Amino acid sequence: MAQMAAAPKKKVEGLGGEKLHVWPYLVRLEFLCALLVIIALTVWSIVIDAPLEEAANPTKTPNPSKAPWYFLGLQDILVYFDPWFAGVVAPVLIIVGLMLIPYLDVNPKGNGYYTYHERKTAIWVYSFGFLVLWIALIIMGVFLRGPGWNLFMPWQYWDPHKVVALVNVDLPYAFGVRTYNGAMLFGGAVIIGYFAVGTAIYFFMERKALKSVGFLRMFLKIELFLIMMGIVIKIVLRLGFNIKYVWVTPWFNI
Amino acid sequence: MASNSPQIPNIAELMDKIKSGKIFSEIAKEITGSQIWTSSFRHGYADTPRNRVLQIASNVWLHLHPVKIQRHALRIKFTWCMGGITFLLFLSTVVTGVILMFYYRPVGEYAYYDMKYLQYDVPFGMLMRNMHRWAAHAMVITVWLHMFRVFLTGSYKPPREFNWVIGVFLVTFTLLLSFTGYLLPWDQLAMWAVTVGTNMARATPFLGNEGPFAEFVGATPRYDVRALLIGGSVVGPPALLRFYVLHCIFIPLIAGALMIVHFWRIRKDGGISGPL
Ligand code: HEM
Repeated sequence: MAQMAAAPKKKVEGLGGEKLHVWPYLVRLEFLCALLVIIALTVWSIVIDAPLEEAANPTKTPNPSKAPWYFLGLQDILVYFDPWFAGVVAPVLIIVGLMLIPYLDVNPKGNGYYTYHERKTAIWVYSFGFLVLWIALIIMGVFLRGPGWNLFMPWQYWDPHKVVALVNVDLPYAFGVRTYNGAMLFGGAVIIGYFAVGTAIYFFMERKALKSVGFLRMFLKIELFLIMMGIVIKIVLRLGFNIKYVWVTPWFNI
Repeated sequence: MASNSPQIPNIAELMDKIKSGKIFSEIAKEITGSQIWTSSFRHGYADTPRNRVLQIASNVWLHLHPVKIQRHALRIKFTWCMGGITFLLFLSTVVTGVILMFYYRPVGEYAYYDMKYLQYDVPFGMLMRNMHRWAAHAMVITVWLHMFRVFLTGSYKPPREFNWVIGVFLVTFTLLLSFTGYLLPWDQLAMWAVTVGTNMARATPFLGNEGPFAEFVGATPRYDVRALLIGGSVVGPPALLRFYVLHCIFIPLIAGALMIVHFWRIRKDGGISGPL
């Protein structure tokens, strides 16, 4: 028996520290918590009724037509990107990117406790994606997007006839490229150049980590990050410089 | 005899008992010592370490837990209680949802009027509908917060990578559950929100009729992923039926199965994460 016990334990089980009985300490906490949640839910449901509008009518399109609130961040990205990206590729990238997090973040520190200093980048990137690109856009979508998906401040009247001059041009046009093929080449060069330069800079700056982290990990990490930042850049280009597309091709536009 | 006359309680003594919590054990003693109690329950519960373990290990509902747990895992400051609340809200939607199913028919002609019937004629129908809807919305928020907490504590790091992946499936299915349910009231809000949402599928590269490269696959408005999802080219009665089946059967079963794996993995991965 003694020899068997000497076998090295998996690290998982070696948490050490003091252990408490689940009964009563955890169970009573769960019970209290459940009680509070159920009371809150019941009171909420007595006080506020779920909405029920008039019967569905395929001939009467409301303006604005909004997706359920939890998808309004994605719907807002539709202003800046075509549906194939905002509605399909972006959600898929979000899901896949989230699943990859444990395999891309190889920093062993900050496992099982709150720390900002030991993993600053990870916390910044996740918080930016979650709080700004997801939550803030949802709040904007719920409260500030009115008819025609135009922006309205909370004190403004939702005027369905508000006209917003469309003066957007494509990026190649703004740089003086006038031919279709020229614009296609220019746009392609900008997009591919953005990813190439971004990747190169990252690999140069983190060249010491290459051996321990591995090429594939670092590559996926930086591409996902560049895509996320690309969304931000596109939003800035549209709002600040009235740029519609960066890259126009016969098959897709970015 | 002096002892028979009623005693006037001493206020200071009483406050003392309340503050120290002694009052609870005194009340408990009164109750468990009464004839009704002793005749109903043949013996008491001895608070021994062995019994504390058995309470968990020999109870089919509670044995999901380990019998012992790290002290820090009890702290609300650590877990925010969000995983557990998400699960509780899920269970609330299951219970209220089954009740709604007794009255609701997923048919174009009936669905909206069944909602009205639920609201105005079914006893507690409005309350059930409200609880179902608000619990679903709250679940979306709590699952996001749970995920945020798990990220901030770095709990996706080894050995918990795979449970994080299962979690990402869970958050996806939570959103899909909510989204498919959104159509069922069959009112303007429902129809157009789902129209906006499912229109996106039109733009799927290769597989949607308006998506990039669709011409190489031959996708048309009546023959692409969107048509597969909503059973036609517009959000109509076939979409209602499809979303109903997805919402009430398919997604809950998958999400439920994933939750079982999620909980099992928490234990197999060594319980709630903590500083090593
Ligand atoms: C239906 C959705 C979900 C339910 C019911 C659920 C439930 C739970 C519960 C009860 C716990 C125990 C600790 C706690 O309460 O915080 C837990 C832990 C955990 N959950 Fe979830 N969860 C869900 C979704 C997710 C999501 C979306 C993620 C991440 C993407 C995730 C990742 C994890 C991980 C990694 C742990 C272990 C945490 C630790 O050891 O500290 N879960 N989950």
